[in-house]
Amino acid sequence: MTDFFYLIPIALAIGAAALTAFLWSLRSGQYEDLEGAAERILLDDEAAEGPACNARPRGTA
Amino acid sequence: MSCCVAGDIAFDRGAAQEAAAMRAELRLASREVGDNLVQTDLAVPDVHCGACMQKIERALGALPGVAHVRVNLSTRRVAIRWRSDAPMPPLLETLERLGYPAHLFDGDADRPDEVLSELIRAVAVAGFSAGNIMLLSVSVWAGAEPGTRDLFHWLSALIALPALVYSGRIFYRSAWRVLRAGHTNMDVPISIGVSLAFAMSLYDTVHHGAHAYFDATVSLLFFLLIGRTLDHMMRERARAAVKNLSRIAARGALVLHPDGRREYVPVAEIAPGMTILLAAGERVPVDARVEAGISDLDCALVSGESAPQPVGPGSMLRAGTLNLTGPLTVVATAAAKDSFLAEMVRLMEAAEAGRSGYRRIADRAARIYSPAVHLAAFLSFLGWYVVGGDWHQAVTIAVAVLIITCPCALGLAVPMVQVMAARRLFENGIMVKDGAAMERLTEVDTAVFDKTGTLTLGDLVLRNADAIPAEHFATAAALALHSRHPHSRAIAAEANRRGLRLVSFDRVVEHPGLGVEAVAGAVSWRLGRAAWALASNERGGAGDAGTVLARDGVALATFTFDDSLRPGAVEAIAALRARGIAVEMISGDAPEPVRQLAERLGIDRYQAGVLPADKTARIAELAAAGRKVLMVGDGLNDAPALVAAHASMAPASAADVGRNAADFVFLRDSLTAVPLALSVSRDAARLIRQNFALAIGYNALALPLAVAGYVTPLVAALAMSTSSILVVANALRLRAPRLGRRQTGGEGAAPNLARLKMEPAE
Repeated sequence: MTDFFYLIPIALAIGAAALTAFLWSLRSGQYEDLEGAAERILLDDEAAEGPACNARPRGTA
Repeated sequence: MSCCVAGDIAFDRGAAQEAAAMRAELRLASREVGDNLVQTDLAVPDVHCGACMQKIERALGALPGVAHVRVNLSTRRVAIRWRSDAPMPPLLETLERLGYPAHLFDGDADRPDEVLSELIRAVAVAGFSAGNIMLLSVSVWAGAEPGTRDLFHWLSALIALPALVYSGRIFYRSAWRVLRAGHTNMDVPISIGVSLAFAMSLYDTVHHGAHAYFDATVSLLFFLLIGRTLDHMMRERARAAVKNLSRIAARGALVLHPDGRREYVPVAEIAPGMTILLAAGERVPVDARVEAGISDLDCALVSGESAPQPVGPGSMLRAGTLNLTGPLTVVATAAAKDSFLAEMVRLMEAAEAGRSGYRRIADRAARIYSPAVHLAAFLSFLGWYVVGGDWHQAVTIAVAVLIITCPCALGLAVPMVQVMAARRLFENGIMVKDGAAMERLTEVDTAVFDKTGTLTLGDLVLRNADAIPAEHFATAAALALHSRHPHSRAIAAEANRRGLRLVSFDRVVEHPGLGVEAVAGAVSWRLGRAAWALASNERGGAGDAGTVLARDGVALATFTFDDSLRPGAVEAIAALRARGIAVEMISGDAPEPVRQLAERLGIDRYQAGVLPADKTARIAELAAAGRKVLMVGDGLNDAPALVAAHASMAPASAADVGRNAADFVFLRDSLTAVPLALSVSRDAARLIRQNFALAIGYNALALPLAVAGYVTPLVAALAMSTSSILVVANALRLRAPRLGRRQTGGEGAAPNLARLKMEPAE
């Protein structure tokens, strides 16, 4: 019975972390161009026009 | 095309003017984003792979003043941020040079889709809660001892509450809205069922009860939200694609002030009495009168007339017509809000009111379903209370009835099928506004077609090319290269197709509204209107209809033209007839071309010279006779009829207003899109009925169990999941067969648009 006091909060925390991560990625615009993201991974561009470029100005705002 | 080279010199002045106007327009459409940056959003329909993205981002990023470029491959748009203190970078020109013609699109690109992200967040929260509660519930079902069970129930309640409040509000809001309006929809039983089940489970948890329905409530929300999100995504995708098509009509015009100053003024600020300089190739921004200049107007989108109309000083122009050949100085006679376009919009609003009566299948089902469910729940409560006398047990059973009959499967049944159908149409170049449009299309029994631009392509082709001697043809084509008049273009295109070697002239002059003249040595050649090209004693038999080629006033050849038939028109009409749909044609064009086309297509019911208001009147007349009308049209003058009809379709080339009014927009040239959309919609309707039957049949089985009191939370969870999976699996069947069979027509017509697909077709 006492194990629950550790295990359940841990389970919930893991779930909540995943949820937060998803909501964060949603807000930072990572789902706005799924087709584009799929193609960009194949481009070997040094300038790294990755999703991070788009996310940064909004994330810090 | 070869004519581009020859035409360059002639168009230079016009092109420079156009470029200036285009830049002014671009600047108007851009917005400030802070830090001295301005953002311009452009639609680039031809972007289709990673290499395109890279090419565009590199080329635009290298332009002076450009700070950031980002291509969105899903929406086929590019966002460019540039410094507002520098001159505007040549964005359109650069894209054009790269081979990706871009244009401004109408709309609200800056406004992200709030509803979608709200839905997705709601799905995420519901999914998280459902997963965790299920974890705890499985332990309870496995036989936890009472102490543990109570603890787990409390935890479940704790996790369920935020999900119910956060994710559930989408349903509560919608239910509250319809209830206030005195209707009911699927969201009413969902809201009541979910809230009651939660309240009851909380009560049981407090009183150490054995059963709690937290898992059922939250997973119910989860499943339903998935359906809701899919439905919304389908509509948004189509809407965004339609927006991309809409080139902004005329955002402004070059106004000549009395003091000689020229200024680019937005359309909304143009007042009657202002003098506007209208270059060749521009659309008339507001209703106006010609002050100076001679030209030809393309009225196809406005009135449906296929032949270009000559205009000169004193002619009245309607907003939306296209100035073809010569620059005009016009005086505005009406402000934008009183112009022809605005009148059409008013007619459309009037027509809209007539159609709002349609209720979607799901809502109609809900009208029967939700009272039935509530009655069943209430009766079982009453029954158990009277027989057993235990109100707690009676309420528990009533809640079980509500949960087991909650339209989980119904909520997925319709959107799943419609999403699959929309995807299949999308693969075939047809965009659907929403699911209701497909439902309406299946009920159609009469199809009304517009002529110009719908049954025909709206561009003229030379009809008697074979009857003209090759040398005269070559001369005519050489002259035709210097004009944008549709007749000239048709001659040049035909010559190009035949690979004729063209002669060159010393000097070529276009006389707007009349024709093209060339001088070679002492000989003068004219291609144009008979009355102008021929010496007075030569006129007579030729008439005014065609275009003649003359040498020193003597006719050498007469060219006659025809509106080219849209590919697939014959097959489409035959296919509609085969499905028992009556076909009619209503056109604003002159009686003769309408009659000819009707005969060619074998349409026996047709009307010519119809005004926009009369088109709506005809639709209303048919509707009053109990017919369900499908309107297919492209012009501004068709827009009110498109709204008035039970269902409507427009080609991608249609006027923006018409395209926005239509339920379906087809991107490829072929008219076989019409029967295809019809058959896919009918397939979808059949699957929706099957899904309803499945869901109802399942409810009929489960309801007695619930009423008898045998439904524990475990049974409810199992039953709900199975029925949802069944319904989804049935919806997926729409994809598999039939796809190859109907992939007809339009191949190669618009390859870039044809690529607007979601994934490779099987």
